[in-house]
Formats: sequence, C-alpha cells, structure tokens
Amino acid sequence: MSRSVPSQAEFALQAESLVANLGGVPVLNGLSFGFRHGRWISVVGPNGAGKSSLLRVLAGLLPYAGSLQWQGQPLQSFSARTRAQHIAWLGQGEACDDDLSVYDLVMLGRMPHQAWLAGPSASDHAAVARALNAMQAWAWRDRLLGELSAGERQRVLLARALAVEAQLLLMDEPLSNLDPPHQAQWLLLVRALVSQGKTVVSVLHEISIALQADDMLILQEGRQMHQGACTEAATHLALEQVFEHRVRVAMLEGQWLAVPRIQGLES
Amino acid sequence: MTPGNMPAQHSFKTGRWLTLVMLLLSAILLLLGSAVGSTGWDSLALLQRDPSAWQIVWEIRLPRSAGAWLAGALLGLAGALAQGLFRNPLADPYLLGSASGASLGVALAMALWGVSPLATQWLALLGLSGAAFAGALLAVLLTLLLAQGVQQTLRLLLAGVVVGVVLGAVSSLILLLVPDIMQAMQSFMLGSTSFLAWPACMLMAGVRVLCGLLAWFMSPLLDALALGEATAQSLGLPLPALRTALVVVLALATGTAVAHTGLVAFVGLAAPHLVRSLLKTTPARLIGLASLCGAVLLQAADLLARSLLAPRELPVGVLTAVLGGAYLLWLMHGRSARRPEVGS
Repeated sequence: MSRSVPSQAEFALQAESLVANLGGVPVLNGLSFGFRHGRWISVVGPNGAGKSSLLRVLAGLLPYAGSLQWQGQPLQSFSARTRAQHIAWLGQGEACDDDLSVYDLVMLGRMPHQAWLAGPSASDHAAVARALNAMQAWAWRDRLLGELSAGERQRVLLARALAVEAQLLLMDEPLSNLDPPHQAQWLLLVRALVSQGKTVVSVLHEISIALQADDMLILQEGRQMHQGACTEAATHLALEQVFEHRVRVAMLEGQWLAVPRIQGLES
Repeated sequence: MTPGNMPAQHSFKTGRWLTLVMLLLSAILLLLGSAVGSTGWDSLALLQRDPSAWQIVWEIRLPRSAGAWLAGALLGLAGALAQGLFRNPLADPYLLGSASGASLGVALAMALWGVSPLATQWLALLGLSGAAFAGALLAVLLTLLLAQGVQQTLRLLLAGVVVGVVLGAVSSLILLLVPDIMQAMQSFMLGSTSFLAWPACMLMAGVRVLCGLLAWFMSPLLDALALGEATAQSLGLPLPALRTALVVVLALATGTAVAHTGLVAFVGLAAPHLVRSLLKTTPARLIGLASLCGAVLLQAADLLARSLLAPRELPVGVLTAVLGGAYLLWLMHGRSARRPEVGS
C-alpha cells in the first residue's frame, strides 16, 4: 500500500477504517483513504469489490461505521440538505419517470439549493442551462425522457448530477451507453471540473478510461488493495494483481491503457 | 434570457386549458345533475314557486352531484399520490387494500356503534369517516408490511390483493354476525352516491382542501421520487418522514371518500392515467389535475347511474367498475403495443 500522506487540510474527503454492510453482508471492510481537492479519483476493482457501495456511503445513502470526514468535519455532522449541496451522486441504472421533460428533470438537481416549495430562481435556471450545455443536451430540453435513446438519456442524467454544482461529484458508471465522442466530451468536462478545484470520484469498468484519472483507489471484495497516482508503476502492478493478470497496463501514444490478456497465461 | 421557460410554460398552458375544460364540464354536469331525477326538468323550472321542487333540487339532487364531485376529487388525488409515491402506475387506493380497510372500518363502526351511512348528524359522519380513515391507514400499512416495501410491483400488487380479500372477508363476517347492517352495508359495498347530503359534502370538501394543501406541501418529494428513490435521497430529502406523511394523506383521502360513497372502484386509478394521456407533466403538477379529473369522472358516472335505467338507479360503483375496468384494459393493450412494460 503506497500512500504519499499529505497534511489533513489537503484532503477534501478522508476515510478511516470505513466499514459498511448491505443486508447483513459486509461490503466495505476497513477502508482508509484520502481524496484531495481538485483531483479526479477512479475507484476500480473486480465485480463485487464494493465500488458502488463506497459511492453510496459517500452520498449518504448507506449507513457506515468508522470515520468519514468531509472538509475536515465528520460527514454525519452535516444536515442532509447541506450534504446534498456539497456532494452530488449519479447512480447506476435507476428507473426514471419517462413523462418528465429533460429540463424539469435536470432542474431537480437544483433541489438542494432551493427553499422548500420556493421554485427555481434565476441562478437555478442558469445552472440547468450550464449543465445541459456541458452535456450537449440543451437542444432537447423540451423533450420527454421517454423519447430519448439510452445514450441521450444517460447524458441528461449526467446533466442532472452536474446541475447540483457540488464540490464533490460521485459518478457510478457515468459512461454507460455513451459513444466515444461523448466519452471524450465527458473526459474534458471532468478535467474542467477538477481544474475548478472540485473533486470527482468515478466508478468505471473501462479500465483504460479509469487510468486517465489523477488517482486510483483499487478495491477487492470490500478491502482496499491500493491507493496511488494513475501513472505510478505500483498502481499498475496492483491493478494487474486484482484482475488476476488478465490485464496488462501499457503505454500507447502517451496514455496508459489496460490491455486484456486473453491468451498466453502460464498459471 | 429566461432559459428553458418554454417546456414549463407549454405544459402550464395545456394544464390551464385542461383545468378550464374540466371546470366547465363540472358546472354543466352539476346543472344536469340538478335536473335528472324522477321529476325531471320540471323541478328546475318550478324552483321559484314550488317549495317541494326546491327541496328536491336543493336537498337531494345538488348535494348528490356535488358530493359525487368531491368524492371523485378525493379519489383522483389519492390515485395520483399513490402512483407518484409508489412509483408504480398501477398503484391505486383500491389495489393497495386501503378501500377494503376503509370499508371494514365502516362495517365495524356500524356494527359496534350502530351508526348508519344514512346518518346526517355531524358526529356520526365524523365517526364514520374516522373509522374509514383508520381502516384505510391500517390496510395500507399492512400491505406495505406484507410487500416488504414498494419496490417490487408484483409483490406490492399481490400483497394489496391479499389484504383486500382478507379484510373483505372480515367485513363479510361482521355482516353475518350483525345482520341489521346488511342493507346499509350492501349499498355501501356496491358504491352509491344516493345518500349524499350537505353535511357529508362539507366534510369531504374540508378533507379535500386539507389533503390538497398537505399534498402540495410534500409535492417536491413526488417530483424527486421521479428520479428514483436513491437519487431523491441523495438530493437531501427526508424521505422516510415525507413518505409516511404522504401515506397518511393517501389514507385520509381514500377513507373519507369511501366513508361517504362506499366502494367506488377505478376512479383513483383511471383519473391520473387519463390526465397523463392528455398532458405530460411532473408528478406534483399532476395531483391537482388528476383530482379534478376524478371529480368530473365520478360526477358523470353518478349522472349516468341515475339516468341510464331511470326511474331505477344503478349503483354508481357498478358503473365505474365496468367503465374503469374497460378503460384500464384498453390502456394496457394500447401501452403494450408501444412499450413492453406497464408496471415493472
């Protein structure tokens, strides 16, 4: 476990001995990590590693034991509303009402910023417009969700999460159903968010894309196997280990890629 | 620039038109309702001179039409709430067992305290509504308990059916043990608007206003739930508290309607679907429209029930069951032609 340990203030989010259960089964087993401000962190691991559960814990959707600090204060000390202003979560495959218009749906992301029943303000409208434009979805703002393709739908859901304009953005498989141009668009967007000092945490099954992040947190069966920069050799080694050497991390045209190894395995 | 006001404005405009049309329909139906009966239009024409004509219109026909409107409004509201809250287009106050619970409450009240649905005293009406409300609430909670939550469409509907059948059986048992209430219970089980008088109308109007306000207050939850439960929670909403409160509102609306008109099926299920087929809107904005739509539906059904076999009367519940059932079937087939799923 290689960790360069920055001082506490550098961490946006810090976990110590984080434990969580799902239906009585432990899904997170004593994780200790720190996510810094203005970084993009990829959470990676084989199926059942606890990646989605970790994101749910961070979003306040799953109870946990251990310590979890957001900007130096215990996460539990924040009200649900304040937490929702600071931390946005994009889930994976949640069923959405098909009768909502794209615009109305993205506006729901502004809910943590609106007084109860107050309705949207000018700045809410502006944030929705920014989010829709960022996902190149502004043109369909009047359309109903049920009329969109799976990829278009995913972009609208992404826009909903972006519209929160939170400091910490948690995204579970944000690229599902997106075509390569929109995947590239998403990468640029994440880079822009990070350069504004925001922290982005994503779960991506596409390891080559996950390797584009700044840091990587590698999990296996609820345990933390490694945390380190995506360019570090130790990170690559840990990756190859948790995936049973079925992938090899290699450099191609200046970027790190995870190449599947289908043949030629000795063991 | 006011970015993106367009979709909201568009649906607002359609919504306003729909509201206007439905209000106009209500007024026309109210007028017709005051004219239909054994003495026909004569009573309306003689209103000024003949005191008995006045009595027929003011004390029988008008409260009946207005009462049908109000009960329909309560059922439409309950239906829209149930469908939004349980994120299930088949959720209906009846399918969740709340109506059987309410009718069991009424049967118990009649058997134990001897109150009758024909009663016009305030206390009796309140007692009846209270019993129906308690019954409805307990039945919904029982259904939710049996279904272990609301996520699984199939389990929820099955649990609702089980609760409905079991509570219905208990009601029948009470009926056997206390045969005195047989006649009152029979018209109640068939669903009838013929006993509605002004005090019942006042009570239903009060409950409709209260439920409307409460539903409006909790409407952001319904909108957020359209994104899915976890996402709604990630937006910082106090999900369990609001959800419980909405179940209480749901039971209050259903219980009050059932206490005064008996088991009138399908209005709560059909009204939100009918509105949605005309206008796509957010769950919160749907509530008011669905309530108005339910009101018009039951008012029209009441008119039909009175006039189809005149001078004999059909129980309005029989009519709504037939019409609503047919509509639901048509909806299902129309939907499955376009999309493979209705519920799950």
